Amino acid sequence: MDRHPVKPQHFFEDRFGLSPQKIGRVLGNLLGKPVDYGDLYFEYRVSEGFALEEGQVKRATRNITQGVGVRATAEEKTGYAFSDEITVERVELAARTARAIAERAGGTGPVPVALPGGRPHSLYPIARPPTEASLPEKLSLLEQVDRVARSVDPRVTQVMASFTAEHKIVLVATADGLAVGDIQPLTRLQVTCIAEAGGRREIGSFGGGGRAEFGFFLEGERFARYAREAARQALLNLEAVEAPAGTFTVVLGPGWPGIVLHEAVGHGLEADFNRKGTSAFTGRIGERVASPLCTVVDDGTLPGRRGSLNVDDEGTPTSRTVLIENGILRGYLQDRLNAALMRMPLTGNGRRESYAHIPMPRMTNTFMLAGTTPPEEILRSVKHGLYAVSFGGGQVDITSGKFVFSASEAYLIEDGRITVPVKGATLIGNGPDVLTRVTMVGNDLALDEGIGTCGKDGQSVPVGVGLPTIRIDGITVGGTAAR
Amino acid sequence: MRDGPDLLSDLLRRARSRGASAGDAILVESDTFAVQVRLKAVDKVKQARERRLGLRLFFGQRSAVTATSDLSADSLARLLDETCAMAAAMPEDPAAGLPDPSALAREIPDLDLYDGSAFGLPLDDRIALARRAEEAALTADPRITNSEGGEFEASAARICYANTHGFQGEYRSSSHVLTVVPVASVSGQMQRDYWYSAHRKLAGLETPEAVGRTAAARTVRRLNARKVPTQEVPVIFEPEVAASLLRMLAGAASGSAIYRKVSFLAGRLGETIASPAVTVVDDGSLPGALGSRPFDAEGLPTRRTVLVERGVLQSYLLDSYSARKLGLASTGNAGREVGDAPVVTATNFFLQPGPHSPEAILRSVDHGLLVAELIGFGVNLVTGDYSRGAAGFWIEGGEVAYPVEEITIAGNLNEMLRQIEMVGHDPVLRGRFAAPTLKIGRMTVAGH
Repeated sequence: MDRHPVKPQHFFEDRFGLSPQKIGRVLGNLLGKPVDYGDLYFEYRVSEGFALEEGQVKRATRNITQGVGVRATAEEKTGYAFSDEITVERVELAARTARAIAERAGGTGPVPVALPGGRPHSLYPIARPPTEASLPEKLSLLEQVDRVARSVDPRVTQVMASFTAEHKIVLVATADGLAVGDIQPLTRLQVTCIAEAGGRREIGSFGGGGRAEFGFFLEGERFARYAREAARQALLNLEAVEAPAGTFTVVLGPGWPGIVLHEAVGHGLEADFNRKGTSAFTGRIGERVASPLCTVVDDGTLPGRRGSLNVDDEGTPTSRTVLIENGILRGYLQDRLNAALMRMPLTGNGRRESYAHIPMPRMTNTFMLAGTTPPEEILRSVKHGLYAVSFGGGQVDITSGKFVFSASEAYLIEDGRITVPVKGATLIGNGPDVLTRVTMVGNDLALDEGIGTCGKDGQSVPVGVGLPTIRIDGITVGGTAAR
Repeated sequence: MRDGPDLLSDLLRRARSRGASAGDAILVESDTFAVQVRLKAVDKVKQARERRLGLRLFFGQRSAVTATSDLSADSLARLLDETCAMAAAMPEDPAAGLPDPSALAREIPDLDLYDGSAFGLPLDDRIALARRAEEAALTADPRITNSEGGEFEASAARICYANTHGFQGEYRSSSHVLTVVPVASVSGQMQRDYWYSAHRKLAGLETPEAVGRTAAARTVRRLNARKVPTQEVPVIFEPEVAASLLRMLAGAASGSAIYRKVSFLAGRLGETIASPAVTVVDDGSLPGALGSRPFDAEGLPTRRTVLVERGVLQSYLLDSYSARKLGLASTGNAGREVGDAPVVTATNFFLQPGPHSPEAILRSVDHGLLVAELIGFGVNLVTGDYSRGAAGFWIEGGEVAYPVEEITIAGNLNEMLRQIEMVGHDPVLRGRFAAPTLKIGRMTVAGH
């Protein structure tokens, strides 16, 4: 049941006078030979941010962003124009511009696309947008985070916390005559602690969120867990020794270390790079690219998750796409343009940062399915290696397949036991190769807490990752302690 | 519609009558145009005009910031209501506030930051710039087999700023970027690299042919890369990657990182933090440069600040807030996103050239690494710990021997800065951050 008082179609009609007839007329003018496809993306977004430091909330921001992006495609060519003024006149002007740009392609007429069937999802029905929680509630949340983190240990000398919330109403009107709306809440609470002792200063961070109400952070005192985790990591780093350098057996813990999948295989399987032949995975569908223990999916349909969407930013319902099945490469992540040109089915992965951006194939929530091995057994199996449980960011060179990700919490494994914490380890590997070295997969799949943001071509979108505990036999670890 | 500065002053007047004790407002109008050509055919063309207004109000020591892209009278009235309500309900911050009125810029110098000529060019001419650049790359070498395209992008903006101290200023700026990303392959292995030229003036760009040829050469040289064994060696940073070290340094020297003590440079003013070969300057007043502006985001004059002089930390980068927290004066380094409060931002931040030619630096290394690309985010500014993915070239006997990849380089920024043994005489202020070729005495390279 939809509990929103607002329907996107009505919202844009009431606020900006965009009746279905007017939208239809703009689309009618946009389409027609040589334009193959076109769409209008209307967006209205309220976003807020609050930040605490030195025990006090110091920053409060509230931004209202609105606009429309108009796209026309002709074969491989995309014309895009946008306006931050939503009036029928401006939309028509943008449509003429987009069309004029695309017309120069000399297209051959519409390209058929397999239209998605089924009903749209309802993955984040909420009673109250997170931006509508009261100001005292939000300030109090951050102040409590500060108190909890400082109460962990007197060595915690600095706490920085931020709460961000977004309420986004979108309407996509497509050449197929679909007008699909969605209301997308998004919240995130991030805590960073500094711990000091013996002249040493270290940092720890933790956070989470999702497409959820403000109350999400209060459930079971979730905020307090974030605060304690950030403090614990900072304190742990006070004890950490220099990371080793060289090639090691690495055990990745469950959850956020799934960033390895995002970097090592996810980006390389986005359809645009494969259509253009610039991915290290190009032309390898059906081939073995991982050990038979590995099955990797991208799933935009998980309720409330940061990377989830009812429909993607082209109006296509999101889905679960198998990327790697028992080690065999199976699928790509598609948006409209690439699906049409590659004659492949849509997967609901056409995403854009805002109305000012052209959609591209992007991941949603990317994770590996659980195996059967208890995680303790995986750790016990390692004579000498690294156990990494938390990471900062990662990056990939899609063409060469080289990817890196940086550990923010990691330990040495000696004779099957976790021993000392190490700091500052960057892991580097080769996308098409790394999953072939996975020799054990745990039964403890976990998804991350909801902090991921993925950058591609200058566009940032929220994403999720997940992983069971896995053992990788041989990955290069970049520390300072050379053996 | 009322013109920018008047609109802002009017809004601030209304805020004062609603009880705000102070405030400032910013309006940014921008035009952007981008065309991407791939394998000689047009891939994407994008065009837009945007306008966004940001408002910051103080009720004594309480404050809030809002922004909107809806500039209708109704919307601005709502914005004013929301900002007042939000600011009044915030906790007091003793350091909050506008800069001292006496410090505000008295004149607004013309720094030659604007050139609108790209927007007057016919569409086909703009497309031709991207096409020529990509074509030069595609034809430069038979091993260039594919491309992620050539792109030409032009943007122009008008920035208006006003505050309740009576400051009102505006300026125009523009930028042009030409980029090519070729893909090279031999026997099934692919590599991509890129090259770009960026300039305030359209005529200041490198020729499309030069950008394309450099992109191709940089891409082809990466083919047949190998891994090397784990070891400690001297590491040479090419200027493009040396500039990334300057970004880190700017972050660590930022006043907001200093007063929070989340920087390895906190409390080290006057100390030797780098080798005597290192002098680092931030200068927002350079005519025509990409990081220049006639006044900062709080209305303060921009200027030249020497951060590090012959290895000694002489200054931090400061906006008014961080300056007040540290008991110092602002260096005019406030930058601002329209919808956010000012934050410390470097302008043109560069390491001054040294006496050595890049060739002499290479010859000085018997056995080591020349870094051409860095990936990942493995830098911890609190501790200075540094560990990043790298690709580049192995050096044997003072000469490039072969390309290397899938390695990392690691160290600590404290030691890395002190171990800068040689500084090249080859800087070009290509972007906002720039450094010449640098040689660091010793780092850990992790490989197989």
